[in-house]
Amino acid sequence: MLCNVISLHGRRTFPLKTSLTQTGKRRRMRKPENKGAARSRRQQPLKAKKIVKKVDSVLGPGKTAPNFSLNSTPDQKVSLNDFRGQPVILAFYPADWSPVCTDQLSLYAMVMPEFKKFNAELLAISVDNIWSHLAFAKDRKLNFPVLADFEPKGSISKKYGAYKEKIGESARALFVIDDKGVIRWSHLSPDGINPGADGILSALENMNKAQPAEKN
Amino acid sequence: MSGTTTVARKRTARKTLLEPTSRETAEKYQAPRLEIPVTAERDHIEGPVNASLTLVEYGDYQCPYCGAAYPEVKKVQKELGSELRFVFRNFPLTNMHEHAMNAAETAEAASAQGKFWPMHDFLYEHQATLGDSSVALGYAKKLGLDTQRFEREVAQHMYQKRIKDDFMGGVRSGVNGTPTFYVNGVRHDEDAIAKALIEALSHTK
Repeated sequence: MLCNVISLHGRRTFPLKTSLTQTGKRRRMRKPENKGAARSRRQQPLKAKKIVKKVDSVLGPGKTAPNFSLNSTPDQKVSLNDFRGQPVILAFYPADWSPVCTDQLSLYAMVMPEFKKFNAELLAISVDNIWSHLAFAKDRKLNFPVLADFEPKGSISKKYGAYKEKIGESARALFVIDDKGVIRWSHLSPDGINPGADGILSALENMNKAQPAEKN
Repeated sequence: MSGTTTVARKRTARKTLLEPTSRETAEKYQAPRLEIPVTAERDHIEGPVNASLTLVEYGDYQCPYCGAAYPEVKKVQKELGSELRFVFRNFPLTNMHEHAMNAAETAEAASAQGKFWPMHDFLYEHQATLGDSSVALGYAKKLGLDTQRFEREVAQHMYQKRIKDDFMGGVRSGVNGTPTFYVNGVRHDEDAIAKALIEALSHTK
């Protein structure tokens, strides 16, 4: 057993083929001469085709990061736009209180000095409520805001393509956003895999490398 | 009809913009690789230095899961014998485990006098006593170490930089908790039990 979140979120139900194929399927039209059993179903009006957003499609690089304003404490809100001018790391995660001695966020709390070298701010987001977040952050000694995507549930996670409708939790997704509010790197972890911090650090490094060239 | 066209266009846009990310994570998922190569000069290696199989553990002496993995690693070593070299690197989660750094320093101080592995094993076999430094000191005496030097080096945090370097190297390699194992250079995302480790080791040979 690993000392991370694999134990709780080890459900390997990652949808390779997503709901798009199911809902995108054309409703079968029966020929008039086919006097089949499903008469009542036939009489139902044809519903308009719905596009259901793919669960495994997180917003990719180059997109403007949707702004949000979420509670970090019962009476304080944190907005993405507050951090314009510096890189922001967004870490969506499924739930507080995974029953382990360390998890993704505890690791990030330890790697925080490295993130700070890039002047980056880290914001963690899940659908848990603010009281759960406060207790969780205190227990795990988290040194960054933990935001509640609580009401309407998961609405920000959905905007980033990082929400799992069936489970009702945020997906384990990471975004690195530049000082202008543009997503420069994103990553969706397969179910049960704690992504660690290496991808974030590489993305911050690559951004730093790219920036001087842009200014010239 | 124009509605369908918009739908189709939206779908194409979604495909080009978003699908590479999704495909990458869902189908082409690749576990992170060990970024810091194993070297005989720096690493603690148990088993033949040039063995064909390599198992690297990033561990924390106070972590109960590392404690649980300790006998599993012993089983793997027994099973694979001289085919395997086992490497231990420090990954103390100091914000969760108050004695983890001190324990790592204890093992490194023993290492300075050539007794890393006995001390490493002792610490995992006596995890409950980590808060009491006299226990490890007693063992250092039993091992025949220069205990004055041993105590001084621990107190002066002589090896803290090395331990922190281990930690950051682990972070860069995708260590995401403890213990994290690398089987022949690839992160082992399966269970940290002997059976799974042996299977992974023999598959990636």
